[in-house]
Amino acid sequence: MIEHAWLIPLLPVIAFGLVLLFGRKAPGNGAYVAIAAICASLAMSLAVAFQWFLGGASAAHNGLYSVTIQWMPVGSQMIDMGFSIDALSVVMLLVVTIVASLVQIYSIGYMHGDPRYPRYFAYHSLFAAAMLTLVIANNVVLMFMSWELVGLTSYLLIGFWFERPSAMRAAKKAFLVTRVGDVGFLAGIILIYLKTGSLNLFGDAGVFENLTRLDVIGPWGLPLTAIAGLLLFCGAVGKSAQFPLHVWLPDAMEGPTPVSALIHAATMVAAGVYLVARMYPVYLADSSGMALQVVAYVGAFTALFAATIGIAQNDIKRVLAYSTVSQLGYMIMSLGVFGYVAGMFHLFTHAFFKANLFLGSGSVIHGTGTQDIREMGGLKKKMPWTYWTFLISTLSLCGIPFVTAGGWSKEEILAVAWHTNRVVFVVGVLGAFTTAFYMFRLVYKTFYGEPRKHDIHAHESPRVMLVPLVILAFLAIFAGYVGTPWANVFERNLVPVLGHHYEQVLENKLAGMHHGFNLTVFLFATGSALLGIFMATIIWLKPVLRIEKLEPSFGWLAKLVENKYYIDEIYQATIIRGLMAAAWLAFAFDKWVIDYAIVNGVGYLTRLASDLWGWFDRTFVDGLVNIIGWITKTTGSALRYLQTGVAQHYIFLLVSALVVISLAVIAGHIREEAWIPIAGFYR
Amino acid sequence: MSHSAYGIPITWFLTLGAMLFCIGLFGMMVRRSAIGMLLSVELMLNAANINFIAFGSYLKLPTIAGQIFAIFVITLAAAEAAVGLAIVINIYRLEQHVDVDKMTAMKL
Repeated sequence: MIEHAWLIPLLPVIAFGLVLLFGRKAPGNGAYVAIAAICASLAMSLAVAFQWFLGGASAAHNGLYSVTIQWMPVGSQMIDMGFSIDALSVVMLLVVTIVASLVQIYSIGYMHGDPRYPRYFAYHSLFAAAMLTLVIANNVVLMFMSWELVGLTSYLLIGFWFERPSAMRAAKKAFLVTRVGDVGFLAGIILIYLKTGSLNLFGDAGVFENLTRLDVIGPWGLPLTAIAGLLLFCGAVGKSAQFPLHVWLPDAMEGPTPVSALIHAATMVAAGVYLVARMYPVYLADSSGMALQVVAYVGAFTALFAATIGIAQNDIKRVLAYSTVSQLGYMIMSLGVFGYVAGMFHLFTHAFFKANLFLGSGSVIHGTGTQDIREMGGLKKKMPWTYWTFLISTLSLCGIPFVTAGGWSKEEILAVAWHTNRVVFVVGVLGAFTTAFYMFRLVYKTFYGEPRKHDIHAHESPRVMLVPLVILAFLAIFAGYVGTPWANVFERNLVPVLGHHYEQVLENKLAGMHHGFNLTVFLFATGSALLGIFMATIIWLKPVLRIEKLEPSFGWLAKLVENKYYIDEIYQATIIRGLMAAAWLAFAFDKWVIDYAIVNGVGYLTRLASDLWGWFDRTFVDGLVNIIGWITKTTGSALRYLQTGVAQHYIFLLVSALVVISLAVIAGHIREEAWIPIAGFYR
Repeated sequence: MSHSAYGIPITWFLTLGAMLFCIGLFGMMVRRSAIGMLLSVELMLNAANINFIAFGSYLKLPTIAGQIFAIFVITLAAAEAAVGLAIVINIYRLEQHVDVDKMTAMKL
């Protein structure tokens, strides 16, 4: 099966084409085609995973199975394409196919009756194909291509309801903001290619084997390896919505909720984390350690920063969106503090519980018709399935230990941070507290209390939506058991992906770390989460602490947080205004200098020259022609009198001419004394 | 030595021919009548005939080329007169005159 792993992304591509072209005639309006394709991909991914981890294929292939074919020649260089299967790809394949297939099944119910129903499934298939290509690509060009393709599908799906101006704007914003990061990614690829001479990741001539060539001091005294790492990280910052490019993700919630679940929570936004993980040897090769420090602090800052914004949002999806930004920050932070395995593990568990939370919020929106949690309340009884699955995933997100997947991965991150960087550890603990706080605020406001708006008649969602919720809730609990501190199967399999050399480097960085259960970290992680839940409970469930009393002292802070620290406004005032000013300047330059001075000036001069030339033409050239004509005409009319039409006149002329010529000839003869022979006749 | 058939110098013949030709030519130029012009043409042709005969005998070659040419010219003149007169008669029938100045039917 491993040899045929390239079929995994191919099937959704075929489904994309079929659904796009024949969607309305296909079974289930195209939905069944797309779901069949993604389920086949899921089955194949599972087969690959079993063969890889349990069937001994990993050992047989020495931890990496990579196939490369020639793609296109560019100059003298041949760009290859190919796929590789290693533990990292397999994990990603599983995450993407599981979540994508569940979300597509859920979408049957959620998107029921949408006028562009087939197109929705076509885009989903395209997304799945691009994402699956991204995770098995063994070549940076192919990676970049699929990376851009997931960006495109994200754009298409955010703007799926493009009749709404806000959706249109959000799609544009997402596309443009992520593009900022992608420029960095591309620059990183170019830099790596220039120095290592390879676009392929693996193999003797590949990027990872030749990273020493990148070890040169570049501008500002930075080693090029660090620059390359930072440039690649730019791509991750854009895609994974890290500060300062996080602004697009909350707006992306304008898309249909299943899209938010799949693309903007579970998979695509995790692509940034995956990118850093995939290119981890570059970061490990950076002897200055600068790149990873930037990664760590950006991630840590984002984790806490986004979590605080989440407290004050009233749109159920926006709370989850900031939660996603925050959790992605967690993963990035983890990668930054050498928590390579922990970061990927968190990506793995987060995908399930966050997809579940989003699908649960979709179910709530479907049932109530509103997204505003101030209008909800008391849904616990009316939507029991949604409530229980939502609660399980919330607990998983808060990191409740032992019983939830999120507990294991969050604790692992904090354990690594505890060992390598205490500042990041503190930020992580604060983030964990804040996460529990805002998540339980969301749960209490949505599901507890009395309905705050009485014209909402909430109802439980159809079964096709509930089944994915239950499966994901199940995974939100049990997916974590692959990475418990006592039997970390996840770590055992993932670390060898780095290759022997970098595996060793990572070992050295983490030397002395206490492997296994760490009680201090456990107490901090669990304590912060429970404290967060407790705080939320006394404020929103049993209002011991009244918000109204806090208002005078914390009002300004609440306002600041509610307005997302005015980041959008700051961007509006600086970057967008600046760009507009630059655009206006360019426009003015275009209009006055290019159009007016140059184009019109040249035009004017040309016209002037033409006028002069035209005058010359009319006066002299035409004059000459007219003079010739005039002469001909005049001569003609003079000679006309000779042409009388009377034959006798002609004869007269003829004879006159004959006489004249004869006289001339005779005169000539006389002068030449030619008359003598003639005279001879007389003799 | 001047030779001629009957001791008459060729100059005389040539002079006669030239005079006859000039009369014909003059007639050609001044006659209004188509008949008159045809007559003038006859005169000029016969002037040429006189020259042919004169040179023919003057050359003293054992040939009658001059006479043959003259016979041809006479034949030609007869044909020309026949055609010319036929045209003239037809014109007369059409227009009741033979004045060449008034024959302008084919003028532009």
